[in-house]
This record gives sequence, C-alpha cells and structure tokens, in this order.
Amino acid sequence: MLTAAIAALVAFAPPKGYEVGDRVENFTLKNVDGKMVSLADYKDQKGVILIFDCNTCPYSKAYNDRIIGLHKKYQPKGFPVVTINANDPKLSPGDSFEQMVARAKSKNYTFPYLFDETQEVARAFGATNTPHVYVLARSGNDFVVSYIGAIDNNPQQADAADKRYVEDAIEALLAGKKVPTQKTRAVGCGIKYRNA
Amino acid sequence: MKKVVWFAVLAFAYLGARGQTPPNARIVRLSELTSLMSRPSGNVMVVNFWATWCAPCIQELPLLEELNASAPDVDVFLVSMDLDLDPDPQKVYRFVTRRKLQSQVLLLDEPDPNSWIDRVEPSWSGALPATLVINPHTGKRIFVEGQLKEGKLQEILAQVR
Repeated sequence: MLTAAIAALVAFAPPKGYEVGDRVENFTLKNVDGKMVSLADYKDQKGVILIFDCNTCPYSKAYNDRIIGLHKKYQPKGFPVVTINANDPKLSPGDSFEQMVARAKSKNYTFPYLFDETQEVARAFGATNTPHVYVLARSGNDFVVSYIGAIDNNPQQADAADKRYVEDAIEALLAGKKVPTQKTRAVGCGIKYRNA
Repeated sequence: MKKVVWFAVLAFAYLGARGQTPPNARIVRLSELTSLMSRPSGNVMVVNFWATWCAPCIQELPLLEELNASAPDVDVFLVSMDLDLDPDPQKVYRFVTRRKLQSQVLLLDEPDPNSWIDRVEPSWSGALPATLVINPHTGKRIFVEGQLKEGKLQEILAQVR
C-alpha cells in the first residue's frame, strides 16, 4: 500500500532534472536510421546542442528550420545538434517512431533524431517543452549543462528575434566566456509524459 | 439602389468571413492579467492557460466550462496563448463561437514570455496547459502544470477555499 503510494507520487512528480553546471549522465537511444547513438559518441566535439523536439507541436514546426540552421552553423565549429523526441505515441500518435523517420527524411536531417521511448532521458534532463534546448559543453570526458531553454525570443519570426539565446551561449563558450543568459522559459507544448 | 444592395451583401459576406468578436472574449496585456490575478476581493479565480493548437488543453476545457456554469462563487478565465505564435485573433474567436464557450476568454498579447512567466507563476515552465487557482481573500494560490483530470479542480478548490 505504502509502496504503491510512493510509486504514485514518483509517477506524478514533475520531472526535476539537470540544472546549469550539472554533469550529464551518458545515454543511448535509437536514431531514425535504426542505429544507436550515445552522448559519449560526441567525445571529440566541443559540445552538443541537445534539443527535445517532436513532429506535432506548432512551436517545433515554427522552429524546425532554425534547428536545421543551428546544426549547419555550429556543427563545423564543434557544436552539432542532436534532437530527441520523448512524446508518448499513445498520447500523441503523430510522434511515433515511423512518423519521426518520415519527418527526418522529408526535412533531410543531417543530425540524429532519437526516440526516447521510455522517456527516461527526458525525465533525467527535466525537459518540459518542445523544443527545449540543453547546450552541453564538453569538459574532458564529461558533458556539462551550460544553457537550458528556448532557441530565441520570437517564435513567430526568426529575423524578428532580438535575443538569440542558444547562439549567444555557444558563441560565449567558443570564446571561452561566461554564457550570458543561462536559463530561459518559453510558452510551448508540454512533453507528453505517461502517467503525468 | 442595386449598387447599395450589392454593397450590403458584400459587407455582410466580409464580416461573416472575418467572424465577430464573441462578447466573452478580448485581448489583454500582461498588466491587465496580473492586476486581475492580484485583485483583493471577489470570487475565487481559476486562471487556465491554453491554446487552440494544444490537444490536452482542448480535452480539459469541458471541465473548466462545467465549473464556470455550476459554481457561482468561482470565476473561470481561459487565458489563450495563441497570439504568441499567431498574431491573428480570429482563430480563437471562431473557436470560442463554435464551441459556445461561456467562460471569460482573455487573449494574452505580450511578447517575450521569458521576461514575464515568473510574474505569473515562478514554478511554471511555460508548457501548456497550466492552471492557477487563486483565493483573492486569503491570497492563497495553487498551480498545476499539465492536463487536469476529472475531479482535480474540485480538489484544488477545496484546498484554496
């Protein structure tokens, strides 16, 4: 009875997750090409732009080209993009693995689009929205959270954004400076967690 | 005369296509919303943040509408966040009319949510839906992020009263 109550509490507790400065545990998830991808595969990079994203959220659609643009701009500088979909396909049928494969193909993704089927990775990070960005900076063999939040401050129009949080964070990291804004919040779609 | 009739027909067709602003819906800035949320007296307020594109929001709407209709000492405010993504309010107005929503619908027109989410609720991630229940007399507030299940609103109201 008590165990059930505790289990229920754990299941209903909102994900807490990593804060800026935390070291990230390694994870391994299946990519849209069927191969497994680990964070540890990026040991030779300066860092990773990790983005919890999905197919269906209108904010994800609005930011899709900006995510592709981030990879194009920062992959050559040592900060490639890795995207993860953690939505439960039972709650959001458009976010099934098959639909992810179709999206990655139609938009010619040149970066991984991983399926977090158990939602363990999203919970570990405490991801709440899509798209929800975690800029990870490599420090030796570890990855450290350096920025959490939105891509920029204008979901309607990329050129109208006057704060580009992710770009500013990476430029600062590349220059060896302190990330100017470490955490932001934005209105968006909640990640569809099971038992939430 | 014929011209006048044609003009009237066209004008009506145009207005019909544009839709009309439902009497219970209006656009507000953040300052209006925050002063409403901090009013010192009046009914208990249920402030629900939603959008027409948000499936779990639409699923929980009947619970909020039912509460609005059945509890005379509760005011339900449905705060649409649609304008954050699409500046045209017509989609929300059409939704309110089609669904015959009776609660007050406030379309929040305030850019750069990162600069103001804290002022609405410090623990809110920004994800939709989210619901805030406020007792103006005691200042007690309870915040829930995520879709409301049947009975949850009553549970929170009992705590806040």
